[in-house]
Amino acid sequence: MTAILSVSDVWKSFFGVPVLKGVSLELQAGSVHGLIGENGAGKSTLMKIVAGVYTKDSGTVRFDGREVDYTHPLQAMRAGVATVFQEFNLLPDRSVAENVFLGREPRKGGFVDNRGMARRTAELLAELGIDFIDPEARVSSLTVAEQQIVEITKALSFDARVISMDEPTAALADHEVELLYGIIRRLQQRGVAILYVSHRLKEIFDLCDTITVLKDGALISSTPASDLDAAELVRRMVGRSIEAFFPDPLPGTERGPVRLRVSGGGNDYIDGIDLQLHAGEIVGIAGLQGSGRTELAEAVFGAVPFSRGTMELDGAAVRIGSPRRAVRSGIALITEDRKAQGLALAQSVLDNALLVIRGVFPSRTRAARRRIPGVLSSLEVSFRGLDQEVQFLSGGNQQKVVLAKWLATDPRVVILDEPTRGIDVGAKVAVYTLMRELAAKGVAILMVSSELPEVIGMSDRIVVLHDGRISAELEPGSSEEAVLSAATGTGALGEVVQ
Amino acid sequence: MTATAAPARRRRIRLDSTVIVYLALIGVIIVGAILVATVGRNFFSLGNIRDILTGMSVLGFVAIGQTLVILVGSLDLSVPYVISLSSLMAATTMAGQPGNIAAGVLVALLVALVIGTINGLIVTGLKVNGFIATLGTGLIISGYLSTTYQGSTGSVPAQFQFIGATGIGPVPISTIIMLALATVVFLFLRKTRTGHHIYAVGGSLGVARLSGLRTATPIIVAHAICSVTAALAGLLLASRLGVGTPTVGSQGGYDLLSIAAVVLGGTLLAGGRGSIWGTIGGVAIFAVLDSVMSVLQVNPFLKDVVRGIVIVAAVAIYTGRVVLERRARFSTKEVRR
Amino acid sequence: MSSIAPTAGRRIGDVALTLISPRGAVFLLLALLLVAIAVLNPNFTEPGQFMRFIQRVAPIAIVAIGQYFVIVSGEFDLSMGSLITAQVVIAGNLIGQDDSRSVPVLLLMLGFGVLVGIANGLLTTLLKVPSFIVTLGMMLALRGGVLFWTGGAATGNPADGFRQIGRGGIQDVPVLDYIPYSVIILAVLIAAAVWFAKRPFGRSIIAVGDNAVTARYAGVRVWWVKTAAFIISSLSATVAGVLLVGYAGVHPSVGLGYEFTAITAVVLGGVVLGGGRGWVVAAVAGAFALEALFTLLNFADVPSTMRTSIQGAIIIAAVAYSAVTFGRRRRERAPQTSPGTGKEPDRIEPVSPASARPTPDGTHTSNGG
Repeated sequence: MTAILSVSDVWKSFFGVPVLKGVSLELQAGSVHGLIGENGAGKSTLMKIVAGVYTKDSGTVRFDGREVDYTHPLQAMRAGVATVFQEFNLLPDRSVAENVFLGREPRKGGFVDNRGMARRTAELLAELGIDFIDPEARVSSLTVAEQQIVEITKALSFDARVISMDEPTAALADHEVELLYGIIRRLQQRGVAILYVSHRLKEIFDLCDTITVLKDGALISSTPASDLDAAELVRRMVGRSIEAFFPDPLPGTERGPVRLRVSGGGNDYIDGIDLQLHAGEIVGIAGLQGSGRTELAEAVFGAVPFSRGTMELDGAAVRIGSPRRAVRSGIALITEDRKAQGLALAQSVLDNALLVIRGVFPSRTRAARRRIPGVLSSLEVSFRGLDQEVQFLSGGNQQKVVLAKWLATDPRVVILDEPTRGIDVGAKVAVYTLMRELAAKGVAILMVSSELPEVIGMSDRIVVLHDGRISAELEPGSSEEAVLSAATGTGALGEVVQ
Repeated sequence: MTATAAPARRRRIRLDSTVIVYLALIGVIIVGAILVATVGRNFFSLGNIRDILTGMSVLGFVAIGQTLVILVGSLDLSVPYVISLSSLMAATTMAGQPGNIAAGVLVALLVALVIGTINGLIVTGLKVNGFIATLGTGLIISGYLSTTYQGSTGSVPAQFQFIGATGIGPVPISTIIMLALATVVFLFLRKTRTGHHIYAVGGSLGVARLSGLRTATPIIVAHAICSVTAALAGLLLASRLGVGTPTVGSQGGYDLLSIAAVVLGGTLLAGGRGSIWGTIGGVAIFAVLDSVMSVLQVNPFLKDVVRGIVIVAAVAIYTGRVVLERRARFSTKEVRR
Repeated sequence: MSSIAPTAGRRIGDVALTLISPRGAVFLLLALLLVAIAVLNPNFTEPGQFMRFIQRVAPIAIVAIGQYFVIVSGEFDLSMGSLITAQVVIAGNLIGQDDSRSVPVLLLMLGFGVLVGIANGLLTTLLKVPSFIVTLGMMLALRGGVLFWTGGAATGNPADGFRQIGRGGIQDVPVLDYIPYSVIILAVLIAAAVWFAKRPFGRSIIAVGDNAVTARYAGVRVWWVKTAAFIISSLSATVAGVLLVGYAGVHPSVGLGYEFTAITAVVLGGVVLGGGRGWVVAAVAGAFALEALFTLLNFADVPSTMRTSIQGAIIIAAVAYSAVTFGRRRRERAPQTSPGTGKEPDRIEPVSPASARPTPDGTHTSNGG
């Protein structure tokens, strides 16, 4: 059997930082190829190169025997290489059929054949075994799972022979995952090759014929699934030298009195949260995507406040109903989505660094203004000048500006949500070092992260969430397996935390 | 995202925004009829219905075009000046001669088509925000009008005046033409690719681009059609007044009024969602309000106050509804933004 | 690492770059226009003449300052013109020939302005109605209300003392010859605006216009910041109304179209519709450039009716210039904006309910209402 899609020796760097280092893999028609690796391993980059979103620096991609080099996702789609991204490319106010055939609306006598379009969409849905989605329904009325099915239908409408899926189950409920399995098996029967990117080992073993493991941009192995077991796969994925990466606690760091206490906290997304955070302590929050990690951070910060339970700060009862209340109480949140929630991109470095001070503590502006250059240089932010717009900085430097913004407020509690997402190794180390320094000064730190080595390497205690509730509280230095079993709530090694 | 997200995924029965517009229209008619009855008049008299329908036609023409422009994510503030210009073009070309009617109409529509295309090209080619682009072209035309014409000019022949003055039963011809145009534009949006792409570009430029659409085409077409429908409104006004008038458009405030009618009709000001029939409903609400206030002899200036309040209140209700709807349709993350 | 102090040479280069950048172009334009006027009419350079020029600009410039704060916060204020009309009529009717009423009525007018601003702000922020619609409704309601009150006719004529604010001045000043009160008021307001824009609160207004979500997560009260911008705008319309009573008198057409003139001036000053970018001084310069343009056309014997046409062409050209320049700069810088791991660059746009906002460079065609 020859490969329908083969990738060989592909290299890709951003700003001279290699992200893919000579990766190769082969997809067979009618098979599911699992692509697995930790965050930052290069899975998404590889997928986007296949999809035509990025162009590779070197190496070859062959589709159906011919060398190809797509420069636009549409070009790849038309050729038969489709991709279902985590973020859907759908128009919420248009119907399913209109979305599936956007830009290629079938015509009859010069006019769009709406009825034919709906019929054709229904046929495509039927091929996937779906009869409960109305082709005339607006996409905005569909669930996330149904929207994903629309994306897959769209791929099918291009007669796709290769479909890549990026974490397709991340936003799905259990019964919806079953549905997706069914769809994937039907696609397989049609001879479609599927590139399946996931963090969840169970899915990988359920679905895939071949499994490729990436680590730090390099190919570790590409082997038939039957040759592997879960333990072996985890071993191949993890195991980088954590010690070299994560700085030790600074001398003199002490676990102080309880700084933050949440009792019985809950809202629409999380429930029964009992949490204690001591001064000088770093507590890691782990859990699968959708487990309520970010929701917990946002509840403590008042962005989506607790509607039940009580909260104490240094022994005094507080009610944090808005971010403003949180900031006034000395709580800082470094958000997960830096560009949408952390930065005002068209403003200067200085304006971003002073954002919180100006908004909440205007009387301290002058003093903070004097401190900012020092704070920025201690974080080793690389920029042209204080008046440079932050949109022109790299991800790591942008994250440092966000950190500077909060440091200027001298917070008592710092919450970091995915603090190292999308930044380079040097910046990561700077973030870790800063966390240690803050802890040494007695700041209480809550770190939400999907990267297990990070949680294990940095935390004094690990709180694991499952289904919106705390499922375990683990000691420092716990194994990844222990965190995982708590995160999945099954007590068995089944999935890898994402 | 398992049990925690369950509340967010609950389906709601959704009402199409056009349906809501017509429910609102029925409400306005009921309240209006009662108010009119209190002064001993009949809201449903043929004369009154004719007045309301007549009141709809001019704004209806403008609002139909404005709907397309708003759907595609732009705005057209130049319509009042296009209206005035087309009334003058038609009246001067016709110069009272029945034989020149066709030529007059054609000249007016062609000039409007050129203006609309230029609007579209400024928005797409020069990347000027639609608000500014059409504010600018509106000013340019306005300057031309006041430089070239000192007052009402030209004259339209009686046959042309007939269009604005007569009707079939209580339904004026002009309203029939307007509704026919609405049907054509409705079919254009539903049955042509460009029509579909108007929604796509207005809904998300990014998704439209990724789907390989030439995003400039729908924007240019929408602007071109908008100017042409504004010219039709100008022709109708010329037919009613018998002459072309350089201030007829701006005095009517058709730029902002048409935008208000479109938004009142449930179309999203940001683009991507809305319908022609909703707009017609919005225009009808305005016409009914006007008629009721006229019958009740409300001070004409107070009418503007009522209009202003109605616009804001209606949009407040729509946006409130949209927020609820969004909760049902997007993941928990989206809801909170 | 970080080099904060630029060298002198680079600073000169920066100034030159600024002048041809969209942000600085308005000053270059203004200078050219003023020189052209001076060439056509040497009298213009006489201090007295020049003062009268500034006096004419004052109301537009003041309205532009108010509109600047609203636009930079990401909103529109279409009600300014109607509010000017309303204030003019209030002054005419309530002050009458009784000088002693000037101060109480002035306070009443300021209070009324604040109320209008609060209404605009709260309807926009709390009811989530696009400000374009809110202020459009306010425009209709204010104009209708005022005309209803006065019966549509020009009524009243405030006492001379009150009118002096707009048309009077200090005579026989050395060197300058004559300083109109409105010039003093304008100077004070510009200084206040510059000061305010640099204050923490002023910077927060711009930050909210750039990214309201980020501002909320930074503890900024977004609703209050935007409402404050609307209050400033309404107050500036009030002051402009006071000045206009002085030399235009009381008439329901006073203030007509000022909202669009103000938006034109602000946009001419390189302020981006949609918020987050722009300098208040440039907005004022935009107002000056607009008035200088009219003056120049006057001296050049261009029929006054053509002024609007040229105004229209200039505004399109100015915005096209800045859109194209910003667009080019963005494309050049684009690679730098990608972070290091390939997790985020060129992220494909998700299905987003909030596609309403134009991008900061104005390339998106939506109206940001």
